[in-house]
Amino acid sequence: MIITRRLAAGACALLAALAGGVVPAHAADGPPKDSPKVELVLDVSGSMSTRDIDGGSRMSAAQQAFDDVIDALPDGVRLGIRTLGATYPGDDKEIGCKDSKQLYPVGKVDKTEAKTAVATLRPTGWTPISLALRGADQDLGTDGGTRRIVLITDGEDTCGQPDPCEVARELAAKGNHLTVDTLGLAHDDKTREQLSCIAEATGGTYTTVRHRKELTGRVKQLVRRSETPVETVKPVQGANECATAPELGAGVFADREQFAEHRWYRVKVKSGQELRASASVAADRQVDRDYGVLLRAVGEDGQELVRGSDAGSGRTDVMATGLRYATGKAKKNGDQGARTVCLEVSNSFSAPPSVKRDPGLPVELAVDLVKSPDNPSDLAAFGLGRGWILLAVLGVTGLLAGLLWGWLARWRVAVWREN
Amino acid sequence: MTRQIFGRMRRTAAAALVAGAALCTAAPAAVADDGAPSEAGTSFRTATPVKPGVKATAQGTTGDYLYWQFPAGAGQQVTATATVTLPEASVRTGAATWQLDVFDGLRRRQACASGEPTKRAQRQDATVTLTCTLRTVRPWAERWSNDPLPGAYYVRLTVGDAPAPDMGTPVRAELQATAKDAGGAEAGGGELGAPLHAAAVAEPDGGWNGSWWSDRWAWTVGGAVLAALAAVGGYTLTRHPHRR
Repeated sequence: MIITRRLAAGACALLAALAGGVVPAHAADGPPKDSPKVELVLDVSGSMSTRDIDGGSRMSAAQQAFDDVIDALPDGVRLGIRTLGATYPGDDKEIGCKDSKQLYPVGKVDKTEAKTAVATLRPTGWTPISLALRGADQDLGTDGGTRRIVLITDGEDTCGQPDPCEVARELAAKGNHLTVDTLGLAHDDKTREQLSCIAEATGGTYTTVRHRKELTGRVKQLVRRSETPVETVKPVQGANECATAPELGAGVFADREQFAEHRWYRVKVKSGQELRASASVAADRQVDRDYGVLLRAVGEDGQELVRGSDAGSGRTDVMATGLRYATGKAKKNGDQGARTVCLEVSNSFSAPPSVKRDPGLPVELAVDLVKSPDNPSDLAAFGLGRGWILLAVLGVTGLLAGLLWGWLARWRVAVWREN
Repeated sequence: MTRQIFGRMRRTAAAALVAGAALCTAAPAAVADDGAPSEAGTSFRTATPVKPGVKATAQGTTGDYLYWQFPAGAGQQVTATATVTLPEASVRTGAATWQLDVFDGLRRRQACASGEPTKRAQRQDATVTLTCTLRTVRPWAERWSNDPLPGAYYVRLTVGDAPAPDMGTPVRAELQATAKDAGGAEAGGGELGAPLHAAAVAEPDGGWNGSWWSDRWAWTVGGAVLAALAAVGGYTLTRHPHRR
């Protein structure tokens, strides 16, 4: 078994090397620096003692789920646990709303220790979700790897300002690729609205939980999900005009764009290369019903080269479009074919006045440069023909040629006989 | 033509290499023994790769955006079929509209030439099935066009509108992409420098650019033979030198 695995790893390393080092090699033992990080944030407020999940209390369901998740934790994931409302049982809002602490630091998990820590929790205090989110964001740090918060709660934030939804958006906008998934143990409208909003603001998911099995399965799935390998995204800040725009190479870039704002980027395309660009603008908050996105490739002289656009209406997570643009081969008359292409990403999202404008909507720009072959000599495969018309044309042409040639031969024979 | 074939072989080898290397880094958890993924992605970047013909499954919730990606080569007509197993009727409060969107490797929305990509599920329905058949994938298209090209295709499955209390309830989704050969009538010429964003998906069976064979060869060669026969026939009709 070990031998096969080693062989496989060797083959993989070889393949990776052959593929030009585009794929990073496997790291050695222990979670490496850029391994995914997940923080489970558990609400331990007084209401968690309500016994409405399969006959047991919400708290016991959550504790059991945590046990199962810790047992089934994938090797490559660094896990942490934070609580909110776990220590202060009193009525003083001031103190109750500062009650969030790290139960288990983010890192390699000692399963027994982590489980014991979770088992000691008893439903106690308030529900300071905003505070817990900020705390969890700090716990996760910024040393690389995907960052995910799984928030399990049974009620809305009882501490009022700031709105946890805005806090989540603000944390996501810091550019450290934070995702917050929320699980609601209560089913009232307010809880649902708030938790959906938090999830939407960070590109996470919202789940409402009615059974123990659902809770365990979902948390496990979310932890596993953090392991999915993704292309790294580089932060970039687009400019208001092409001349001052940042220059991009191939890769995936993240930016933010206000409603009705457009942003410019520059890409150098060598001769004989094709530029491929995709832009997505995410709707991470409540937006008006109809919206759109436009991506334009413009030459430095201001001439539009090509554009891609999409529009839609209704519920959406993201609006995306893309384009291709190729430069010609270098010519003899000194035209090198290479040129700088300006990319303009604009959106036509809008929102009701009550919606906060800042930070802007998340923009993802994927740029790729590939070799561009010449135009095809023919639009049909190998220039071949097809169909009865083709046969008729060829047949009639052949027949005419035969007749003509035969007639010529006959005429020549006649002339020869005369002489 | 030789250049084209050689180019094709070279690209196939390179693609296989990259695909092989990509396989090694891919998450092992999400794929069952038979190669059928049991998870779906949540964005374009995390879309789960699915091989054509394989049924991918995923657990999600009403309101999730589930993403998959599958490869398609030139000359193929691909149909994406998604089946959503809805939560029990007792949990739901009303009808919901489900939506299947398909995008190409450049995240450009692709039209469904046929199928039902949007469907309203009534409260008593247990499942809802959505289909989308894409236009035939062309080996080459002008850069300004939106024609479907070889490469990865993204599928997004989500609920368009559902009563607010139903959001977040668990659903199960299945997705299958089946490819059909469109035949010689659609066999095109030309090729791309590289398939569109195909780093994560495996090359389809026929290759990105489709097979070199199409019935256009039969028609053209048949036409040539017919022309030759007709020429001989015509010649014989006119001349008849031996009768003199």
